[in-house]
Amino acid sequence: MTSLLQVKNASLEFEDRAVWRDVNFEIAPGEFVAIIGSNGSGKSMLLKSILGLQELSAGAITLSSANEVGYIPQHRTSESNLPLKVRDFVRFGLDGQNFGMAIPSKASKDKVTKALQQVDAIHLRDTQMSKLSGGEFQRVRVAQAIISEPKLILADEPLSALDLHHQMTISELINQQRERSNAAILFVTHDLNPIINFVDRVLYFAKGKHSIGTVDQVMRSEVLSDLYGYPVDVVRNQGRIVVLGSHDHDHHEHEEWV
Amino acid sequence: MLFDFSDYDQLLPLVTNSLWAGAILALIGGLIGVFVVNRELSFAVHGVSELSFAGAAIALLIGLDVVMGSVIGSVAAAAILAVMGNRAKDRNSIVAVLMPFGLGIGILALSLYPGRAANKFGLLTGQIVAVDDPKLEALAIIGAIVIATLLFIWRPLSFATLDPEVAAARGVPVRLLGILFMLLLGLAVAGAVQIVGALLVLSLLVTPAAAALRLSSSQLWVPVLSVLFALVSMLGGILLALGAGLPISPYVTTISFLIYLVARGIEWTRGKARA
Repeated sequence: MTSLLQVKNASLEFEDRAVWRDVNFEIAPGEFVAIIGSNGSGKSMLLKSILGLQELSAGAITLSSANEVGYIPQHRTSESNLPLKVRDFVRFGLDGQNFGMAIPSKASKDKVTKALQQVDAIHLRDTQMSKLSGGEFQRVRVAQAIISEPKLILADEPLSALDLHHQMTISELINQQRERSNAAILFVTHDLNPIINFVDRVLYFAKGKHSIGTVDQVMRSEVLSDLYGYPVDVVRNQGRIVVLGSHDHDHHEHEEWV
Repeated sequence: MLFDFSDYDQLLPLVTNSLWAGAILALIGGLIGVFVVNRELSFAVHGVSELSFAGAAIALLIGLDVVMGSVIGSVAAAAILAVMGNRAKDRNSIVAVLMPFGLGIGILALSLYPGRAANKFGLLTGQIVAVDDPKLEALAIIGAIVIATLLFIWRPLSFATLDPEVAAARGVPVRLLGILFMLLLGLAVAGAVQIVGALLVLSLLVTPAAAALRLSSSQLWVPVLSVLFALVSMLGGILLALGAGLPISPYVTTISFLIYLVARGIEWTRGKARA
């Protein structure tokens, strides 16, 4: 099957450091790819590059259909005060980029209804965005991203600031869209566990290096130790994966997984 | 006397132009105010209006068209803010730097101006009878440009204002729209300075929209209410000021303020009812 997205020898370097170098991968329709790595390893930057909002230092990113991308940005607390109703927020994802006023139409109304039904949030249709809980807000974000029936969904830490229960729900909603429409998913996350049953491949960033492959290929002690440049233990327990850094390296994201 | 309706039937024809000008400004102010509040540009509006005042005062002094001077001043200020003031923090300090400078230059120009004192204060505190036909025409042109452009970019501008990251991802030219909006804002401020005066522009460009946003979050009702509140403040202010022969600004600002208070009150009651 032809690929939706091709990333060829992509590098992102700033004056003082290389964020990542020579990233190569392709994504086929229906694939679920997790992007993992510590803070500042350039996970979000990769999504921005795919969206054309961050220029690459070298290499190329090719999208087969640039208009058919759904985007779920990182949650910011300032967003929780939006003077907007859920239905209008979701509709932005459909035709917010078009000029002119947004005239209400039967077709747009039906699409908003359908998208909200798909994330089980139709009861929130006329609610003010500022009244939503964190979990509800992310549900609505998913609806906004899927309303245009995208071929590719880019999700930037959609699970951050959610409790475990809502992490599972939001992950499932995003995965449902993949099953429904064969959309490919690029999912940035700190924690692989909520999505471990859906993930086909993992792209792991650390210290300017990266590794891509299936969960079994990448989530191994020797692979991650090589990326980090110091010993890292990957522990599997009852279907969950935990990454433990050694103690003499002060900060390590994945201790959060425990 | 604060309120005096004795020679009203004779006074009213004198302010027909002002009423039209007020209606145009209320329409502009009510619509653009929605974005001013949502983009957190209230303080910027104040800064732009002082620069607009400086432009108008200089034009008055050297004998150029006052409206044109006002437009040049405010569009220049808006352009500076559009290019330099991307983040709220930077923007606020730039405004605070520009504002006293503009006010100072304006006061200097007015002090040197040999003409009547009423013209001088008009630019700061507003005037009703000074709207002649050329001025009304200039306002109508400004109004047509601002409103037509604003309606055309309304949807992507709302998207870029309320959800900038997704808007950018969906191909909305977020930065370009931001600059275009600042230019429209500059034009709107220049128009408002002519009628309500530089010191009180906020009552027309911010208060009505702020009141509307307390009452509704609907994409339709917020601009409709905002325009309605601006119209009531403007026209009500002109009609009340007329009889008393005082500047219109205290009347406009008071009505606008009272509407805001009522909106807050309604919001508060609703909150209590729900709880």
